Amino acid sequence: MTLADGIWQQIFTFDHYGELLALVRNSLVAGAALGLVGGLVGVFVIMRDLPFAVHGISELSFAGASAALLLGVNIVAGSIVGSILAAGTIGLLGSRARDRNSVIGTIMPFGLGLGVLFLALYKGRAANKFGILTGQIVAVDTPQMSWLLGTSAVVLVALAVMWRPLAFASADPEVAEARGVPVRALSFAFMIVLGLAVALSVQIVGALLVLTLVVTPAAAAARITASPVLLPLLSVVFAVASIEGGILLALGSSIPISPYVTTISFAIYLVCRALGTRRARKWGAARATV
Amino acid sequence: MSRPAGADDAALISLRGAALSYGERVLWQGLDLDVRPGEFLAVLGPNGAGKTSFVRALLGQRQLSAGTLTVLGRPPHKGSRHIGYVPQQATLSAQAMLRARDLVRFGIDGHRFGPRPRTGAVRRRVDEVLASVGATAYADVPVGLLSGGERQRVRIGQALVTDPQILLCDEPLLSLDLHHQRAVTELVDARRRSHGTAVVFVTHEINPVLGLVDRVLYLARGGHRVGAPDEVLTSEALSRLYGTQVDVIRVRDRVTVVAGPDEAAQEPHHPELPHGVRP
Repeated sequence: MTLADGIWQQIFTFDHYGELLALVRNSLVAGAALGLVGGLVGVFVIMRDLPFAVHGISELSFAGASAALLLGVNIVAGSIVGSILAAGTIGLLGSRARDRNSVIGTIMPFGLGLGVLFLALYKGRAANKFGILTGQIVAVDTPQMSWLLGTSAVVLVALAVMWRPLAFASADPEVAEARGVPVRALSFAFMIVLGLAVALSVQIVGALLVLTLVVTPAAAAARITASPVLLPLLSVVFAVASIEGGILLALGSSIPISPYVTTISFAIYLVCRALGTRRARKWGAARATV
Repeated sequence: MSRPAGADDAALISLRGAALSYGERVLWQGLDLDVRPGEFLAVLGPNGAGKTSFVRALLGQRQLSAGTLTVLGRPPHKGSRHIGYVPQQATLSAQAMLRARDLVRFGIDGHRFGPRPRTGAVRRRVDEVLASVGATAYADVPVGLLSGGERQRVRIGQALVTDPQILLCDEPLLSLDLHHQRAVTELVDARRRSHGTAVVFVTHEINPVLGLVDRVLYLARGGHRVGAPDEVLTSEALSRLYGTQVDVIRVRDRVTVVAGPDEAAQEPHHPELPHGVRP
């Protein structure tokens, strides 16, 4: 009983909540930007069947971040470099789905290995090391904030410009090409955008759990709607709710932020799945009566 | 309706001495062909004879290796809104998180970059097209939940939304059941009759369209035959094209092409003459 109480208190602590809240203000802002980016990018990650690529890119992003930690340079920049290298390689070598998975499966362990090497060589605070893998909330300082927000802006502008042709190319590449959509160029451009989005997510939820921001919210939204307006909107709402909820709950506890984020995100997915089953039945019925 | 006045007899597609080859291998050559408004041309032939390459050439995605090709009076170029394109249903991603109506709308502005607000005119046009292909009932259903036949109806709607003068169909009946095959071919046929749209219909299975086809382009072995189905789909014509004995058997209104033993032995997994023989 006392043991259980102790664990419970470790997970949920709300002492000095107001003072702590001020400390993580930066993180809340960064979290909102990340939720926006992750929710939107996730729509295409699912359409283009790229969850495994997300995982692969995040491991190289981790390698880049740990190299930056070791060298004492900006961690966000390091993680972006790792991400872009991975995303570019996957985009160039794996244009077909079958090739892509083996390319990802090959570079992912290499990236993870490099990351472990750099962390082993790093003599600084252990919390910094752990943070890159499993997420952190108080570590977002002002220079990192500008990197995070700047990169988010780049991703958002790129998505706004290429949204419709990218959706066309993702849904129906052959017809899109016949209609003059530059399918290959868009495919590569999206990998780069994805690389940036992953590098951002690594900063908050950590390299191991990027999927919870970049895949789960969009997957949940896709269970209940296919509207081109509602789907990205819900995906963003789910992503922002998961990350901000995660930050607020993790505040004051000694546990990393990621289990909070992943749990909220997963719970939303389960609810949407349940709702989606009813919805699919309705769609089926609508056609049966015609 | 969509045709320019007085252009009825001008060829929409015109090939002169056209050839296409991959390196040393010649797919077809010396092809002279005019496709006129309202004409239904079926493109037949074994796997690898260059049927899809023919379509790609019309779409401006492949260059001829010799000869000339004009589409609507000029060399083909990518992304023409005067050409509707319907490939086989499997190329549409099952993970596409879009409704049927969104797919149709892509036919209007899917290739345009930058945010584009939905206008009333666009919405009305999409509704109109969905109704014309009989897809209104599932206009709001995600395409991933549609059956193969329903998807192809929606895609024909997408291809027709810009009122094209040419409709290119590349194996649109593949993996559809008989009922949906008939529905899809009827849609295509109705369109060319009402709007004078020229139809180029690539298929390995002639029977579903046999009653509708005006002319056949039969590609095989680097050669070709063009003509009415009755002229091309004969034992004599196809035997000459293949350079070996080929039998064309007609049973009521169905045609079956049977290859000799040599042909069958050459490509055991991909029958040289698959059309007419249902798997």
